[in-house]
Amino acid sequence: MSALLDVRDLYLEFKTSRGRLKALNGITFDVQPGEAFGLVGETGCGKTVTGLSILQLLPRSATITGGQVFFEDIDLLGLSRSQIENLRGSKIAMIFQDPSTSLNPVFTIGSQIERVVRQHMKVNRQKAREKVGEVMQAVGLPDVKRIMGSYPHQLSGGMQQRVMIAMALSCSPRLLIADEPTTSLDVTIQAQILKLLRELQTKFGIAVILITHNLGVIAQTCDRLAVLYGGRIAEKGSTSDIFNHPQHSYTRGLMSAIPRPGMRGMKMDTIPGNVPSNPGAMTGCPFAPRCEFAMERCSVMVPPLYPLGGTHFSACFLAEPKA
Amino acid sequence: MNTLTPLLQVRSLTKHFRLPGGLLSGKARYVYAVDDVDFEVASGEVLGLVGESGCGKTTLGRMALHLIEPTAGQVIFCGQDLTALKREEMRHMRQQMQVVFQNPLSSLSPRFKVEQIVAEPIITHHVLPKEQVRDRVIELLEQVGLGKQHLDRFPHEISGGQCQRVAVARALAVNPKLLVLDEPTSALDVSVQAQIINLLEELKKTHGLTYLFISHDLNIVQQISDRIGVMYLGKLVELGPSESIFNQPLHPYTKALFGAIPLPVVDSGRQLTSLPGVEERLPEIRSSTFFKGRALPFTSQYRQSKARALVLLTHCRKQRAYSPSKELADPALHG
Repeated sequence: MSALLDVRDLYLEFKTSRGRLKALNGITFDVQPGEAFGLVGETGCGKTVTGLSILQLLPRSATITGGQVFFEDIDLLGLSRSQIENLRGSKIAMIFQDPSTSLNPVFTIGSQIERVVRQHMKVNRQKAREKVGEVMQAVGLPDVKRIMGSYPHQLSGGMQQRVMIAMALSCSPRLLIADEPTTSLDVTIQAQILKLLRELQTKFGIAVILITHNLGVIAQTCDRLAVLYGGRIAEKGSTSDIFNHPQHSYTRGLMSAIPRPGMRGMKMDTIPGNVPSNPGAMTGCPFAPRCEFAMERCSVMVPPLYPLGGTHFSACFLAEPKA
Repeated sequence: MNTLTPLLQVRSLTKHFRLPGGLLSGKARYVYAVDDVDFEVASGEVLGLVGESGCGKTTLGRMALHLIEPTAGQVIFCGQDLTALKREEMRHMRQQMQVVFQNPLSSLSPRFKVEQIVAEPIITHHVLPKEQVRDRVIELLEQVGLGKQHLDRFPHEISGGQCQRVAVARALAVNPKLLVLDEPTSALDVSVQAQIINLLEELKKTHGLTYLFISHDLNIVQQISDRIGVMYLGKLVELGPSESIFNQPLHPYTKALFGAIPLPVVDSGRQLTSLPGVEERLPEIRSSTFFKGRALPFTSQYRQSKARALVLLTHCRKQRAYSPSKELADPALHG
């Protein structure tokens, strides 16, 4: 089975007042049809930019300096502007962290979703309306008629995110990129939205890329994931590989830094130091300065992704197969 | 814990915010941000307050510091009723109670260097003579894991975690007894969050501090708190020791809240439970009903339109009726 999305060795730079900032330094992963894939990491690890570069929604200061992004065997980076615009919303849809800034405050919900439908599906108004009602029901919005006529500010955050998902679904995409879709929501509402995403994935066979900083969210929703650090993949594999047998010391550190029930008053494990601000300028493994197992060569050479069996890979010299 | 005298006592604390409009019709509407809340914090204890957005936890924290005037109720700190204090007396009292906010970048002045930020409360409260201030600032920075080299930095030149350390140093500068920590780790990355929690635990021991720890993150709250209070729509729905709240939550809202936390564990067979319904807006009550008494808002407003709240609150009443010995601190639900 060929992958739905295949990101190969992606490099990206930002131009800043202080020079070039290398945000992505060789990101490689693939997403299978109907799969839920997680991209997880802390601030500045490159997870959001990775999502944005798939649809080329990057800010002007960013340039992709290397790599390829294949979607259904077409290299997206080689497409013209209008070709990629046709793809956005129809085959690949995206939702963002704060739904209130993604919705236009001066149009009703119904008309905003309808616009997306008519843009991509050459249907008349009547048909478009029906489709809008259909997708709104599919995402569990109650009282569809009333919500169609509402403005974004009249809805709660959870409802707004449902509207965004409805909009994303309206043209039956094959891939949905969800960038921190539940971060601005309360935990009980987050559970609803995660359940919804999982349902859509199983019911309609839509592949989902879930970008988040929350490992718990990934554990509950994804089939496979990649842990990003300093614009590189530190570790990737199936959810059970990574959560039950984490190999990279960053992944381990991240997991043990999460407070869990029954640990009250005990000293929490921490990762010393801070996230690097310009990891691309470092030679060697970006995590080396914070890693307790760092060896001499870690600060000189970048470890490649070593296979650990199945789909599990770790970018650490400790995972190097013994010769 | 009961043998100690409480450092902070909150009695029937209530805050109603008036909504705009209704001036001519005489039908002013209010939001019950905090509604009849009682609790105590013993000296040296950590009380965690959890709840979702709009539950009133931040308003409650600010009232505990008397940063906003309560609509009704008392805040008793070190045996003194803060609501009865004069301005100047309150100013002195503030030395004893300090606060750390969520976003360190917005709570630290961008035009001040770290040294000025930490020195400001020492100078304002005349804690030390001028020539000793610098040494004290360095000492404080070292206590929070920073050092001399940070004195001349501006907040934007240091990381978020370091900014939060500066905010903690500033709070400690006047030797307070109580720290109100309002989402102190929410803006930080996971790996840095653990560093700050460890720092807070350590400072509590070395300085004999008492914390009121406010957060939406249950895992963080249970990590640091001796007791936990759960808030929902302005009310304290459950209050008890951390372990019992976590292991045997009684209130259905607490149960729902815990069931909805995604844990970083796979193959456990655990399903996320989600509360049905949409998020509640703050309970809004017209002045007429509000003045008629406590019970009415629940029967009219909640029962008609707020199905989700209704389910929870009726459940809770049952809970109270069947297990009166349990520590469910919500006097408004007695009725």
